[in-house]
Amino acid sequence: MSIEHRDDTGARFGMWLFLYTEVILFSGLFIIYAVSLTNYPAEFSQASNKLNVYFGGANTIVLLTSSLTIALAISAIQMGRKKQCLQLCWVTIALAIVFLINKYFEWSAEISHGIYPGSEHLAEMGAGITVFFNLYYFTAGLHGLHVLIGATLIAVVAVMTAKDKVTSDRYTLLENSALYWHLVDLVWIFLFPLYYLIL
Amino acid sequence: MSQTSTYTGFWKESPRSGILGWLLSTDHKRIGIMYLGCIVTMFLVAVCLGLAIRLELIAPGPTIMGPQTYNATFTVHGIIMIFLFIIPSIPAAFGNLIMPIQIGARDVSFPKLNLLSWYFYVIGAILALLAIFSGGGAPDTGWTFYVPFSTQTTTNVNLAAFAAFMLGFSSILTGINFVTTIHRLRAEGMGWGRLPLFVWTLYATAWIQVLATPMLGITLVLVILERTFGAGLFDAARGGDPILFQHLFWIYSHPAVYIMILPGMGVISEVIPTFARKPLFGYWAMALSSLAIAFAGSLVWAHHMYASGMSDFAVLVFSFLTFIVAIPSAIKIFNWISTLYKGSIQLAPPMLHSLAFIFNFAIGGLGGLALGAAAADIHLHDTTFVVGHFHYTMFGGTGFAFFAALHYWLPKFTGRMYQHKPALVAWALLFVGFNITYMSMQAVGIQGMPRRYYDYLPEFTTLNQVATFGSWILAVGLVMMFVNLFLGCRAGDPVGKNPWGAATLEWDIPSPPPMDNFGPKDPVVSKGPYDYKGVVADEY
Repeated sequence: MSIEHRDDTGARFGMWLFLYTEVILFSGLFIIYAVSLTNYPAEFSQASNKLNVYFGGANTIVLLTSSLTIALAISAIQMGRKKQCLQLCWVTIALAIVFLINKYFEWSAEISHGIYPGSEHLAEMGAGITVFFNLYYFTAGLHGLHVLIGATLIAVVAVMTAKDKVTSDRYTLLENSALYWHLVDLVWIFLFPLYYLIL
Repeated sequence: MSQTSTYTGFWKESPRSGILGWLLSTDHKRIGIMYLGCIVTMFLVAVCLGLAIRLELIAPGPTIMGPQTYNATFTVHGIIMIFLFIIPSIPAAFGNLIMPIQIGARDVSFPKLNLLSWYFYVIGAILALLAIFSGGGAPDTGWTFYVPFSTQTTTNVNLAAFAAFMLGFSSILTGINFVTTIHRLRAEGMGWGRLPLFVWTLYATAWIQVLATPMLGITLVLVILERTFGAGLFDAARGGDPILFQHLFWIYSHPAVYIMILPGMGVISEVIPTFARKPLFGYWAMALSSLAIAFAGSLVWAHHMYASGMSDFAVLVFSFLTFIVAIPSAIKIFNWISTLYKGSIQLAPPMLHSLAFIFNFAIGGLGGLALGAAAADIHLHDTTFVVGHFHYTMFGGTGFAFFAALHYWLPKFTGRMYQHKPALVAWALLFVGFNITYMSMQAVGIQGMPRRYYDYLPEFTTLNQVATFGSWILAVGLVMMFVNLFLGCRAGDPVGKNPWGAATLEWDIPSPPPMDNFGPKDPVVSKGPYDYKGVVADEY
């Protein structure tokens, strides 16, 4: 009585549906961004200038590179190069950690200037700037949480690859983790210009 | 207790025995039964709270509880009924039990995820119950968590909102699972044109669950963050926008209304052809109207906010879109009635509940149009007319569909038939009690009684007393129905595989179904779901 069956297309299909839900989760914050930007265009531009574009730019490069390495990891496992695949997975995780460390320094600097949700300094700067930074912290924070989850996911898959549970003819799990990682990347691709660049 | 056969199907066959065989089972039928148990329990808890609200309103002034308790009671009644009963009721319980069998599959696409979503449901339920008894006391915001009150009250909103978040997660995972299953696991010959309507409505529902629920998630998280970190995103003093909360909340919560009603419509579309012995009238109109309701229903959220402050143009647009939803809903009503026309109608308990559904839902739906019209809504907004209206759709609609589903499918899963006479009496009590209760609420609402008020003017007393009296009839009917069903499941007469003479796949396999649903050979489908030629009902 084996109900066990394997449906790789189904698994990928399910993953894409899940990614939809993630997009909509973030879209709530993007809606608030759009509405607040309409209400406070001048204050948003003023607040955006306080952010350090070099931190943001460096993190963009780090994340884009990590997306490349995880994509290469899939190609590697497809060709049966387990060792190379593992190396690429660990590089991806390392880049994720670099991203988070970078974020830590960026946030520490801002918090030391008294800019964080609920701070008095922020309240003195007026409503528009306050809402910009609140949104910035929550959107980037939610994104950071996703970086953490994605890196954990890739670590688990890497361990499974090492144990030969993910192989050249059974790699949907790696593919799905990579899809998730690309989504994390994609969200950042929207976050970075909206908060650091265009204003 | 008649023990004519020792066959027990999936109740006993399992790789693991005992309680772990259930708690760790990835079988869709066992998960469905576990959902059903939890959902019925939660329903009964919330019914008691609802009865307490009605009892408090039996006379003006304080009667059985204080104002704070009253606020907490209607809030918790709403949270439990919405998030723990109606939303998961038919999709999670009957969807899991029935849908894979109806499409000829042995399980859902992601069985482990299915079990996980049950655990999320249980965690959400425990947190919601904990929120009542811990922290600053039971939440008193109403189930809608409207700001600014929800960010200022000292009651335990954080935990309740987090519970709703977990339940949303559970709902999303079920949605993903069902969409994938319906796409990937249909048996050979089970084309889209042969899907039973119940599957079509679950499919539409699952899409709403996937696309709308995350919006609720992020909104509730922001409320929690606002309370814990003082984020101020919904606080006008700090640049936020309280109206924006209402938009974000209803972007989920209005489509969620269709998560609640669509599967109920699916149940009715199964029951009516079976007991009219006629193919469903307008199969494709029924299938596509489900998708149309899901789509159009996603565009009407702001009709909850005519009185909140919106431009007249926005009010006009949302009012127009609201009327659009009435079209596919009316298609369904007319098609059910056309199915009944010249049918060989058998008034078995599931059929009676389905007919009650059509009656109640028609009243609720037409009341919805009165509320969707901007001018009428300004008068009716936040009155008990609204409460009566949504109980007509949610309880009179989905609730009765749930009862129809219980009466229709429980014999399949327990292999035993309940007594029909008590079921008929219980149905009559429910139907009469329901209409007395909520028709009075609608009437007193039109006279101007506001909803959620603890006290009221003396001129509203009579109708409130009638409503409270109706709620007792309703309660007696509920007790009778559940006792009868329970006794039927325990010790009813054994039934064969097809007691109703229905033509969908679940009636081709033994009652209760075996663990792998179809035995060693995969099913091959060669006829439509409502093709009754040669289908004979078993004697029981």
